[in-house]
Amino acid sequence: MAAVSEAQVAEHAPDHGHEEHEESFVSKYIFSQDHKMISKQFLITAVFMGIIAMALSVFFRLQLAWPGESFGILNYFLGDRWAPDGILDRNMYLSLVTIHGTIMVFFVLTGGLSGTFSNLLIPLQIGARDMASGFLNMLSYWFFLVSSVIMVASLFVETGAASSGWTVYPPLSALPQAMPGSGLGMTLWLVSMTLFIVSSLLGGLNYIVTILNLRTKGMKMTRLPLTIWAFFITAVLGVLSFPVLFAAALLLIMDRSMGTSFYLSDIYIAGEALDPVGGSPILYQHLFWFLGHPEVYIVLLPALGISSEVIATNSRKPIFGYRAMIGSILAIGFLSFIVWGHHMFVTGMNPFLGSVFVFTTLLIAIPSAVKAFNYITTLWKGNLKFTPGMLFSIGLVSTFVTGGLTGIILADSALDINVHDTYFVVAHFHIVMGLSAIFGMFAGIYHWFPKMFGRMLNTKLGYAHFWLTIVGGYGVFFPMHFVGMAGAPRRYYQYTDYPMFDGLADLNVIITVFAIGAALAQAIFLFNFFWSIFKGQRAPQNPWKSNTLEWTTPVKHVHGNWPGALPVVHRWPYDYSKPGKEEDFVPQTVPIADDEEEHG
Amino acid sequence: MDKLLLVLVIVLVVISIAQIAKMYQITGKLGNKREEDTTPTSNKVNANLLLFFMIALFATFIWQMVAFKDVLLPVAASEHGVLTDRLFNINWLILIPAFFLVNFLLFYFAWKYRYDKNRKALYLAHNNTLEMVWTIIPSIVLVFIIIYGLVTWNDIMDDPSEDALQVELYSKQFDWTARYAGTDGQMGESNFTLISAANPLGLITEETVREKIEELDEEIKNIERRIEEEILPDSRVEELKKRIAMRTRQRARVINYLDSGIDFSAALDDRVIRGEFHIPVGQEVNFKIRSRDVIHSAYMPHFRAQMNAVPGMTTQFTFVPNITTDSMRTVLGDEDFNFVLLCNKVCGSAHYNMQMDIIVDTPEDYQKWLDEQKTFAASLGIEIEESVADREEDAESGEEDGKIAQNNK
Repeated sequence: MAAVSEAQVAEHAPDHGHEEHEESFVSKYIFSQDHKMISKQFLITAVFMGIIAMALSVFFRLQLAWPGESFGILNYFLGDRWAPDGILDRNMYLSLVTIHGTIMVFFVLTGGLSGTFSNLLIPLQIGARDMASGFLNMLSYWFFLVSSVIMVASLFVETGAASSGWTVYPPLSALPQAMPGSGLGMTLWLVSMTLFIVSSLLGGLNYIVTILNLRTKGMKMTRLPLTIWAFFITAVLGVLSFPVLFAAALLLIMDRSMGTSFYLSDIYIAGEALDPVGGSPILYQHLFWFLGHPEVYIVLLPALGISSEVIATNSRKPIFGYRAMIGSILAIGFLSFIVWGHHMFVTGMNPFLGSVFVFTTLLIAIPSAVKAFNYITTLWKGNLKFTPGMLFSIGLVSTFVTGGLTGIILADSALDINVHDTYFVVAHFHIVMGLSAIFGMFAGIYHWFPKMFGRMLNTKLGYAHFWLTIVGGYGVFFPMHFVGMAGAPRRYYQYTDYPMFDGLADLNVIITVFAIGAALAQAIFLFNFFWSIFKGQRAPQNPWKSNTLEWTTPVKHVHGNWPGALPVVHRWPYDYSKPGKEEDFVPQTVPIADDEEEHG
Repeated sequence: MDKLLLVLVIVLVVISIAQIAKMYQITGKLGNKREEDTTPTSNKVNANLLLFFMIALFATFIWQMVAFKDVLLPVAASEHGVLTDRLFNINWLILIPAFFLVNFLLFYFAWKYRYDKNRKALYLAHNNTLEMVWTIIPSIVLVFIIIYGLVTWNDIMDDPSEDALQVELYSKQFDWTARYAGTDGQMGESNFTLISAANPLGLITEETVREKIEELDEEIKNIERRIEEEILPDSRVEELKKRIAMRTRQRARVINYLDSGIDFSAALDDRVIRGEFHIPVGQEVNFKIRSRDVIHSAYMPHFRAQMNAVPGMTTQFTFVPNITTDSMRTVLGDEDFNFVLLCNKVCGSAHYNMQMDIIVDTPEDYQKWLDEQKTFAASLGIEIEESVADREEDAESGEEDGKIAQNNK
């Protein structure tokens, strides 16, 4: 470890008084190997992907609220082929739903969230000069960018983008004759996801190695900020589960174009019987959800890690139950690998196997409850500063609890029978995973923007953004529970063909109105974000009076992070309002005083 | 009551907008402040907004529960559905208070402990007792939820009894076909290769097999003729040859049925139903669910029943309908009400409209309806052989096994 650090010092950090060598535009801004720049690249790419995915959701929400009505905006964006006379085509509807889900889950909340903050914070908070391999880190971003471009490009192919839902279950996704979106669109989806998986693995391996090997002197595992613990477990989950999705995708590619039958059997479609016999579509689902469920936590854990840090800092109080928090992250990480079957209770899986998955799934509620209560206890008797980041973190705890509770219903197989694949599920995962993770991401952006860009975001706009977003978010997803309990299936183009769903028309309008509102509110954020990059107030050294190491680096980024020697860590990161100290924070670099007891 | 709550919500919304506007005004006045400094005023406004948001969230929740009570699914129409609903409600009795309690603590503490420069936060790093409490209490509650849930699940998923009426639900893009066994109480076997317009389920009978062989022979001959007579690019010829090979394989697969010893009459008296299907009230119905193209899901929300239809395998779901369509119409005061079977796994462009009505009859009406349905043989235009008619008589006299008697009840 020491040897590596020394080597990096020699390589990256020029001696004091020595001018930093000028880098070319290309190596500084484009093919950068500096983790801080890569982090910004991830974030900006994810912001663009987020805009696209959100726009897609507004398009299909228009159709759901006012089925069959004409909207000029749809025709403007989708053209005569996909929205003739402004009426959304039903194949395009499914494409929109699919690509919205794919982009949000993978490109925004995995690549965007983990890619941005793991990259930014791992070296800065553990006291490393950079990632273990800057080159692999750069590759990770470029694979991510290329896969993003391909995913977006797939919206423009003649037969439409992939449209079998973000889970792309075969045989629907395997047979071009089953739906137009399963043609070239699906091929591009698979190519894009394959590249994405490569990106994710390169990133994840790098994060793990960096955290294990490049911690600065004194930075024991039990002195790591919870952000780093969360990123660490997230990376482990990704490295263990993404290869399984890779295998699933590979077999699907072979079924699609090489005549194999891993997932196909006994199919008669488009007027003819097909060859494949003996495959199982259920095999795909097992492989997919073996990634798919840990993926939920790959999305969620970084958000929880970020909020731990933001809440502790802005409560001016240690995070409550530091070790319990680490324990719950580990427990959640472990359990997330043995619960995938709860997505498959009604696939015809053996009911006894179903029972096992009920048990393991409901166990996750325990570490989750511990986390929620620990956040609340951190607030208790704190001294709370409501920065926009803090507000988003509090919002995260609320959505994590609200959405988590309905998970208990869905994990109960007997109840899942009737709400499976209905809007109840849509409500559940959008609140617990969508809103929570995006709130965590916003919290992170507001909190670490000064570290990323050396400038502050506008606070007032931040407040407006938070309030409109939380009202919009709850307004969209809360009523969906009722839609689901009315028995309305998800991924329906319209509900007008069923008298039993007539009563849902009002609710669907309410949901869409809130969705449009919430989407417009993001304009405030976008303006704030891009404006502040160039025009924001200059950031001070340590704007939030935080203990962690990243605030000891210069505001203006330098290669190697610290101009001189690496900082030495003497304490855990949560010494806020410690009795006997004048200031209400004690940075990790401050040695333990003689009369002081270290928290351990 | 609804209107009162609506007014309440509107008032709360107006106040919230006013608060936001006020917040803007106040914060706007403070010209030279640093972005990272939270001023006492803005901190207070945000604290109040948090508390207010909580109240609005709770109020909206209650309002929605009242206002949208009627759009939820009506009372369960199956025996296990009653148990499911009870389990559902008991879960809600635990979860809704938890929702209120935890959100209350969160927002209340956020409001109460807003920044005060004269106060110092409590340095509280951990407390083992507290942490044990909120590990153990959820664990105990979950043990209850898990056990109760699994008992219900095992009840629902129990193997069907011998007497259960068997109904096959066969799915394709984008409709459902139901099948009932004939008087022999046996559903005939099927193979997807045999599917044709006249034989939508691919049932195996001598006629359907022979017809399919003829069809395949003809197709093979046509392709061969094309290869010989037309001038085609090599790649196209290659493609056509592959097609011939595939059809030849299928022909070999199909022709085996002719001397496989399968009882062809089992399929001949089956009843293949389109449009709507009937089931008798109070009778255990075992659905055999299949698909011929992509994954579908047989979702019957009124019966709290759902099972995927997976190509290449047969899945099943069993329930006992406990209320007839007529009674349900009376209960709901809706003359046009129908139970419905929907597709609940995205299956293509018309997924949203892949439905079939379900009619729950009294046993007498059900039997009458079933008797009116054409047999598969009749739809093929074949007379049912004497032997089948014989068996029918035997069955009626109750000398055959119980299953057949059951079907004729």
